Amino acid sequence: MILGYAGKFLEVDLSTKKVKEIKFSDDILKDYIGGRGLAAKILWDRLGSKWSEIDPLGPENLLLFLTGPLTGFFPGGRICVSGKSPQSNGVVGSTVAGEFGVELKCAGYDGIIVTGASEEPVYLFVKDSEVEIRKANHIWGKDAKQTVSKITKECRELLRERFPRKGEWREPSILYIGPAGENKVRTAVVAAKWTHAAGYGGYGAVMGSKKLKAVAVKGTGPLPEVADMKSVKRLMQSVCKDVYESELWRRWGTGAAGYEVGAKTSSEPIRNWQEEWHDEKSFGVDQFENRVWVKPYWGDFGCPTTCLKIAAVKTGRFKGAITDNPDYELQAYLGPNLGIFTPEENVFLASLIDDLGLCGIQTGNVLGFAAELFQRGILTKEDLDGLELRWGNTEAFAALARKIAFREGIGNLLAEGTYRAALKIGEMKRMDVLAYAVQSKGIGIGAHGIRSRKDYPETYSYACSVQGGDHTSTACLPLDDFRSELIMTFNDSAVYCYFNIFGIPRNLKFEFYRAVTGIELTQEEWLNPKALRILQLQRAMLLLGGPDLKWNPKIHDANPPRFYEPLPSGPYKGKTVDRAEVEKEILNYYEAVGWDENGIPKTENLKKLELDDVDRALEKLR
Amino acid sequence: MPTKKEPIWIARDLAKCSGCRKCEIACSLFHEKRIWPEASRIRVFMLVPGLDFPHFCTQCEDYPCVGACPVKALSISKETGAVLVDKDKCVGCGQCIDACPGRIPHMHPTENYILICDLCRGNPQCVKVCREGGWNVLTKVSRKEQAYKLYARKPEEITRDLAIKIYGEQGERLL
Repeated sequence: MILGYAGKFLEVDLSTKKVKEIKFSDDILKDYIGGRGLAAKILWDRLGSKWSEIDPLGPENLLLFLTGPLTGFFPGGRICVSGKSPQSNGVVGSTVAGEFGVELKCAGYDGIIVTGASEEPVYLFVKDSEVEIRKANHIWGKDAKQTVSKITKECRELLRERFPRKGEWREPSILYIGPAGENKVRTAVVAAKWTHAAGYGGYGAVMGSKKLKAVAVKGTGPLPEVADMKSVKRLMQSVCKDVYESELWRRWGTGAAGYEVGAKTSSEPIRNWQEEWHDEKSFGVDQFENRVWVKPYWGDFGCPTTCLKIAAVKTGRFKGAITDNPDYELQAYLGPNLGIFTPEENVFLASLIDDLGLCGIQTGNVLGFAAELFQRGILTKEDLDGLELRWGNTEAFAALARKIAFREGIGNLLAEGTYRAALKIGEMKRMDVLAYAVQSKGIGIGAHGIRSRKDYPETYSYACSVQGGDHTSTACLPLDDFRSELIMTFNDSAVYCYFNIFGIPRNLKFEFYRAVTGIELTQEEWLNPKALRILQLQRAMLLLGGPDLKWNPKIHDANPPRFYEPLPSGPYKGKTVDRAEVEKEILNYYEAVGWDENGIPKTENLKKLELDDVDRALEKLR
Repeated sequence: MPTKKEPIWIARDLAKCSGCRKCEIACSLFHEKRIWPEASRIRVFMLVPGLDFPHFCTQCEDYPCVGACPVKALSISKETGAVLVDKDKCVGCGQCIDACPGRIPHMHPTENYILICDLCRGNPQCVKVCREGGWNVLTKVSRKEQAYKLYARKPEEITRDLAIKIYGEQGERLL
């Protein structure tokens, strides 16, 4: 057995209500590590042969909650959520911060594989090796805050009854869905701690399709044994020391960016990306800090950065809103992208999005899309059930978000996410509205534009990523660049927060891996074959796609049309991305990762990676 | 900050707790040689998100836990003022938990004895990591004649106070 792992996984069949423990061979764990890598492997092995027919929202899909060997050891605990994505029809390794992964390992499990679907709402309660599927009818329909509160109370009560001599029981760690997940909204998240979300991928909808309201875990054991505790302690200390010294992300989290990415790098979505520059000082981090922050540092297990800041609106029209101070992504998508430039309105929308169990990025993307259609007279007030969806009309956006979460009226259509909604509206209005959809492979693009060329993504990053518009998984050359999808895959497979690695030497994470597992791994070996193999699996499943949509690289390995319009304002006014140039860069990228000129992984490369079955499955696409 | 050997106390500024749980990691590494949150003598509760706080012994002036122990497994350290647990004597009856106004002692997850903060022989590891990170929730101070017992409160009570302090009126609705 490899050290650092608990050594077993829990498999729960919600159709039959059967629970069992399973193991993966050391070879599989060495190659795929955990989290995102292992998710790709499990999904391919179990569903690969019939991938195109699997409905992501049907009982045959899997829902995976996977830790990695570094979870709990590397500062900044996370858990990876995956399955067949109802957004891309491929695989997204979607990670969310919190103590869940640590609790799970302390309970003796490296992950949970959920199969089938329950008929009645249920939640899973894991207390060490005791696993219960409990009724959740009384929690179904509840928002995030109510859900967390009810499950916390219920589980602590159960623990108190069962172990009366223990003393005070702490809360279990909980992953849950809100109403949006229950209603299978494709922009729904799997959430933790009110405000944390595994957003990209839309796995809240998968959880809802299985009628699984939540998973609560209390693990009372220690984290697994490691190969070299002395080195683990030393490495933990070096990561922390670097963070304390550099202060990066500490003081303001990413919350300074709501102003700065607009004002300085001109790469912030504004009014559905019609602009990427603003100089609205009302949206400055000082305004957030002085008016709404109620806690300046909030973080998750072992984190030195604690980049979260809790925000609460205590007076005025939006009184009662509480969330973590929107990080940059939610600032942008629920702020300037909707023509909103004040902290209180932004916090109010972020809090509402949390409560509904929606993804702030994906929902902000679809709200902005709808508002642009309203601006252009394509969607009318009648189409929008009477909503006056003007830029900056916070109440109207809030009302529409509620409609999306509950799939009411126009919300039912927008609940399909920007791309699918664009196709439907196009049919409805008999015109092409894809020009206003800022997404890639069904996934709305993260709030970092490419037109000014002053931000980190490359012009082909979103077009080529196996996770579509995901800004935490950008395609980038050279493949060992810190922004490269292959490097990012290590963070999401060993499962820890990559916000803690910016300043440390590049090899430290592999040293950390060795100290925990006892296995030598160099960056070169990680990139090729290991990360490349995971990338090919993800690419294969993305291209096989289905059943409702399939991607053709010739058409869909592309930037949204908006990114070819010149920037209309700001210091980089007139700048845009050259289509022919991008096409060349895309071909370069294909070559570097072993895909042919049509974007299909090449036979020789797949064989070298021992992915012969993937090669056979892709034959029909060539 | 006290330097010479003398009874100490860990002052606590609960509202500042980031919930990073580095105190648990440091405590369990020191006492158990493992990262073991549930075996940590200091435990961060988060009954309501954002209202995280460390829960650990306050060394009450009258030490009700020590008096309640039927087998004399608990004693008071002359050096630091900490409550010391004799693992061999402790029978895990839990009477110290009931005697503690804050229900702070808790059973070791796998062994049959109670866990109570021993102040790391005067050099508390939790304080070290909390200060290193600049959160400064925990501060080592000299033990004086103050009413430390006031700080021994149940997790629900502390949560209620923090809810009002941090979230205001809305906090009451979230409990």
